[in-house]
Amino acid sequence: MKKTYKIEVDCANCANLMENAARKTEGVQNATVNFMTQKMIVEFAEGFEAGAVMDAVCKACKKVEPDCEIFL
Amino acid sequence: MTKKQKKMLLRILLAAGILIVLQLLPAERFDRLDKYLFSSAGRWIRLACYLADYLIIGHDILKKAFKGICNGQVFDENFLMAVATVGAMALAIRENGDYLEAIAVMLFYQIGEWFQSYAVGKSRKNISDLMDIRPDYANVEQGEKLIRVDPDEVEVGSIIVVQPGEKAPIDGVIVQGSSSLNTSALTGESLPREVTVGDEVLSGCISMTGVLKLRTTKEFGESTASKILDLVENASSRKSKSEDFISRFARVYTPFVCFSALLLAILPPILRLVVWQLPAAWSVWIYRALTFLVISCPCALVISIPLSFFAGIGGASREGVLVKGSNYLESLSRTKYVVFDKTGTLTKGVFEVNGIHHAAIDNEELLRYAAYAESASSHPISKSLKKAYGKEIDRTRVSQIQEIGGNGVTAVVDGVQVAAGNDKLMQRLGISYHECHQAGTIVHVAVDGAYVGHIVISDVVKPYAEKVVPSLKKAGVEKTVMLTGDSHKVAQQVAAALGIDEVYSELLPANKVEKVEELLTRTSKTAKLAFVGDGINDAPVLSRADIGIAMGAMGSDAAIEAADIVLMDDDPMKIAKAIQISRKCLRVVFQNIVLALSVKAICLTFGALGIGGMYLAIFADVGVMILAVLNAIRCLFVR
Repeated sequence: MKKTYKIEVDCANCANLMENAARKTEGVQNATVNFMTQKMIVEFAEGFEAGAVMDAVCKACKKVEPDCEIFL
Repeated sequence: MTKKQKKMLLRILLAAGILIVLQLLPAERFDRLDKYLFSSAGRWIRLACYLADYLIIGHDILKKAFKGICNGQVFDENFLMAVATVGAMALAIRENGDYLEAIAVMLFYQIGEWFQSYAVGKSRKNISDLMDIRPDYANVEQGEKLIRVDPDEVEVGSIIVVQPGEKAPIDGVIVQGSSSLNTSALTGESLPREVTVGDEVLSGCISMTGVLKLRTTKEFGESTASKILDLVENASSRKSKSEDFISRFARVYTPFVCFSALLLAILPPILRLVVWQLPAAWSVWIYRALTFLVISCPCALVISIPLSFFAGIGGASREGVLVKGSNYLESLSRTKYVVFDKTGTLTKGVFEVNGIHHAAIDNEELLRYAAYAESASSHPISKSLKKAYGKEIDRTRVSQIQEIGGNGVTAVVDGVQVAAGNDKLMQRLGISYHECHQAGTIVHVAVDGAYVGHIVISDVVKPYAEKVVPSLKKAGVEKTVMLTGDSHKVAQQVAAALGIDEVYSELLPANKVEKVEELLTRTSKTAKLAFVGDGINDAPVLSRADIGIAMGAMGSDAAIEAADIVLMDDDPMKIAKAIQISRKCLRVVFQNIVLALSVKAICLTFGALGIGGMYLAIFADVGVMILAVLNAIRCLFVR
């Protein structure tokens, strides 16, 4: 399952950091952060619930870039 | 400006204002307060004022640095700034001296960050506005009224209305009306295209002049606009080597400078004490170490390099070239071999009358006889003859049409006997004819038993195709190769006309992969090979080549999926443009790396020697960052 989320992030490098953090989160098959369109596309792994995974993704992203915002 | 930026700007202005006021009040002024309160009260009040100002401008940096330490991400720019300014603050407190430095450093850092965020946001918006082709609604007629519906709900085959100034939401064919279409969002082509009933309209095009009624041919999700947006948004962020280098570099670099700074603070004073028996001068060396820290902040690199690639991809998409990741931009800049598929890439892939030779009568006249003689046939050849003739055909003027299978036709047109067909027909009728040196399908025409010339019908090369090879060579490509399934003669002729270096003809799709693999072994390690193609059978070749370039508008979905770069308007001239963009982008990246590292190296030496102080440091950090960001944004603009 794939879902797109709107995000707010200031710099291209921060977007890269967020992407790496999201990819390492459990339950995420693949994640792409598009700085240009300010969007995060998350592909969830089989058997994981999107809401719970996204909470974890949010936390992980805040850790690497406190200024970022993910609109769930 | 976003809310965040506005807030930050206020904080910067407020802190700068307070700082100026405090600077106008010298320390002695505060010392007078001692009389009214307790001894050294002035000193504490002065400190409190400066501290408040410091916190106004820097509290978020301190918080981030603290959070970073808690989260195990110790060495980032927030940490460097926090340590440097807190250190400078501490030194100033000890001496009741110059608090200006710590606050000014923080202030300049914040100004730099703000400026960077503003500039990046602005250019980001610039690009995303251009790429804004997502249609929000579709107009559907219901009775007399037009209602707006979600384009997702429109079924294939329904009629939608596109009003002047609106984007076509779904691909369709015009059933009523005519207009000029602005296709620039899709193709980067600024010239409007005139369309009328029967023409296809791709979603994302803007109708400029007239009201159009379209019969939709695709669902919204399958329409061009949706597909392109999907492509842009999913452009999986495959990182270029330069970006990887920077993130690896930062991981090693930051701890390295932190420990160097620590050494700079501790080692010289101890040496002075032990070896030279001099006073330690701790504060001097701690100050130098702090300066060293500020200088070494790697922001300029960390921020500007992803930004350069981002701007390069953005600038390319504005030109109608979609690049799927920054690694492809990097590979593209090193392209030395360009391999073309012929049909659909260099040529239009449709048959047209391409020449009339040895005509004994007017060309127009010759074409008229041929078109009339072939008028009853539905063969592609006769279609292209009729198209070239261009006028309405009056069937009553033709009689006694006789088709000779595999040879051609004979007929009576306007009372004269006309024969039109290939060599065999001429031989059969015993008419002597001129062989054609040109490749393609030849239609010989004889009127009243006398040879009057022949018409060449072949696939035509795209307009400007002959300029493609020179422009590629100018962009630094060493060799151009053409692969085709077409006959040897046709391939040779097209290659000669376009100036292509090597030709391989009569290839099956599997042979094309083999050929590309063979060419890959011939290229050196740093040189890259790009393959340009459009058809479904090109998909394996596209993925096999270092860089696969697909023709977007006409190309098949499979090819677009397999490709790394998509040319939206099918114009092969854009390849050279894309290479130029990538070169420029990589040049900017290189400039930024050299600029940042060399300025930092010089300033670090000065800082360690105690020349320049914090102000030099802040230039080396923020100044270089701003320069690098401005340079990176240059990638957006394409000549």
